[in-house]
Amino acid sequence: MSFSVTEPAKGTKWIAGFLVISYACITLVPLLWIIATGFKSPADSIAYPPVVLFEPSVEGYVNLFTERTRATPEMLEAAGPADTWYDEIVRERGTIISGPSRYGERFLNSVIIGFGSTLLCMILGTMAAYAFSRFKVPLKDDLLFFILSTRMMPPIAVAIPIFLMFRNLGLNDTHLGMILLYTAVNLSLSVWLLKGFIDEIPIEYEEAALIDGYTRFQAFYKVVLPQAATGIASTAIFCLIFAWNEYAFAVLLTSGTAQTAPPFIPTIIGVSGKDWPAVAAGATIFLVPVMVFTILLRKHLLRGITFGAVRK
Amino acid sequence: MAEVTLSGISKSYGDQVALDDVTMTIPDGAFVVLLGPTGAGKTTTLRMVSGLDRPDTGTVTIGGRDVASYTPAQRDVAMVFQQYSLYPHFTVRQNLEFPLKSPILQTPQAEIERKVNAVAEVLQISHKLDNKATALSGGEMQRVSIGRALVRDPSLYLMDEPLSSLDAKLRSDLRIELKSIQADSGATMLYVTHDQTEAMTMATHVGVLDEGKLVQFGSPREIYENPVSIYAASRLGQPRINVLPSDVFGGAPNKATHIGLRPEQIFQGEGEDSFVRRVEHLGDQTRLHLSFKSHDLITVTDAHTTLKEGEIIQIRPENPFYFDASGARVS
Repeated sequence: MSFSVTEPAKGTKWIAGFLVISYACITLVPLLWIIATGFKSPADSIAYPPVVLFEPSVEGYVNLFTERTRATPEMLEAAGPADTWYDEIVRERGTIISGPSRYGERFLNSVIIGFGSTLLCMILGTMAAYAFSRFKVPLKDDLLFFILSTRMMPPIAVAIPIFLMFRNLGLNDTHLGMILLYTAVNLSLSVWLLKGFIDEIPIEYEEAALIDGYTRFQAFYKVVLPQAATGIASTAIFCLIFAWNEYAFAVLLTSGTAQTAPPFIPTIIGVSGKDWPAVAAGATIFLVPVMVFTILLRKHLLRGITFGAVRK
Repeated sequence: MAEVTLSGISKSYGDQVALDDVTMTIPDGAFVVLLGPTGAGKTTTLRMVSGLDRPDTGTVTIGGRDVASYTPAQRDVAMVFQQYSLYPHFTVRQNLEFPLKSPILQTPQAEIERKVNAVAEVLQISHKLDNKATALSGGEMQRVSIGRALVRDPSLYLMDEPLSSLDAKLRSDLRIELKSIQADSGATMLYVTHDQTEAMTMATHVGVLDEGKLVQFGSPREIYENPVSIYAASRLGQPRINVLPSDVFGGAPNKATHIGLRPEQIFQGEGEDSFVRRVEHLGDQTRLHLSFKSHDLITVTDAHTTLKEGEIIQIRPENPFYFDASGARVS
């Protein structure tokens, strides 16, 4: 019987596989339930016992993107035949479309604020992490601890001071305000994560670039940044997920122009009864950008691109 | 194309003294080899000259100018790192092009191609130009790393054990290439090695470092024939110099406690008896391991000798070196 140090035993592999698959199932069930609910009719969505097999309908999505008003049969008659497929769905429920809903706008706000703060956080975080990693910064350890300590309480604990500050600065309910706020909250995480990644890049590469005729900053973006891509990608994903999902600040500090999707989605419930399919549809669409972003950056999450060209 | 001077250079890393008051003048166009064991301060000396580290005290001048305020790029030096330090995200060609594309040089593309191809030819890596830098063997990485220095025309080359990972044949080929490239370009070279063949064959000057101090600086011949201490004497010579108590042969000067004998300082055929412990035929020479009054000696004899293990041979010293108790040369 052969025995290998690097290859796990068959039994171990089976157990590991079983654990991973069970964990994946447990985490995926709520997600699948939300996606399924988005395609249910309102009746199916609140049926008890819950319906697993149902006739799919896009009513939830239509309701998500439209404002509707209840119409009497005479009004429906007067409006003439339905022009479009979504008109038809709405009319079957005795309503007519009165206009688009605000979901599109709110979703766009989420994109601007989420990606904007992630970008800003990456620019500032990479440079700060580089400085902490490479230079003799006075009180370096204390500074790093201070930065980390901003994460030691829930950010919402300082909501009132921030609210007052934002009001004085005119940042209430603005995209800029929310971008700055999420950047400030995420920066400690990104500095710490990125410092770890940059610490692992041997300093010899930059020294070679300095000798080869480049300045410190040129060495940073031509040699360090490409090698830190892995770390930057994974940190960006963490920052985006936080900014994207953040609810408490968004509820407090935004109401109109800069309101993001998380505080908006629950308000759908109140418009015309408990419209769970529309809420689920909103949540499903809301998942897409983060999923796409993660899949796009997935290849950078694989380690190993920087190994091998420096002799240890 | 520049004279380099180091005066009173000291550098410590924490408690560790890396360089202690090193002063040397490297003449324009010289090929200087720094010798010394690990930790003697050879690499630190290169880092001081390159500007990657700053000395605690002392000044470095290149071409007559104090370079204390110059960045490495402004010093116009090319360096081969002991750890290769190839850019892992580039191909071999991009690695070689990188210094030429720097904002300081901004070489035109045609010129870049010509130089890169020429250097790749010399280093025998032409067939690897489009490989990723990480997909190379250690010896190939080392050659790319040399190539990255050679594509430029700096006033000063700094090389930190550039041939250490190469096989014997390539090493002797490149020794000759490096020497002729340096001689043709007239650039000054500061070269760190453990390998005394490299030191003897390439150097115009050798600097011997011991625990951060420069103990001797001179031509390889001077250091071989006129070492200042046991330490300097044992840096050069293969087989190494034999060091014995000075009284085994008699005739030692007053203060001497040790006698140093290079193989050619041991005259064979007359004198006192010694016992042949081992005979090593190396082809072009034969090494004798002798036992003399219970001390071991290694010397060289005729390649076609008929001496055998267990025989007796007479030896006497001829113009030996004498050293005192601290290891310094007495005569």
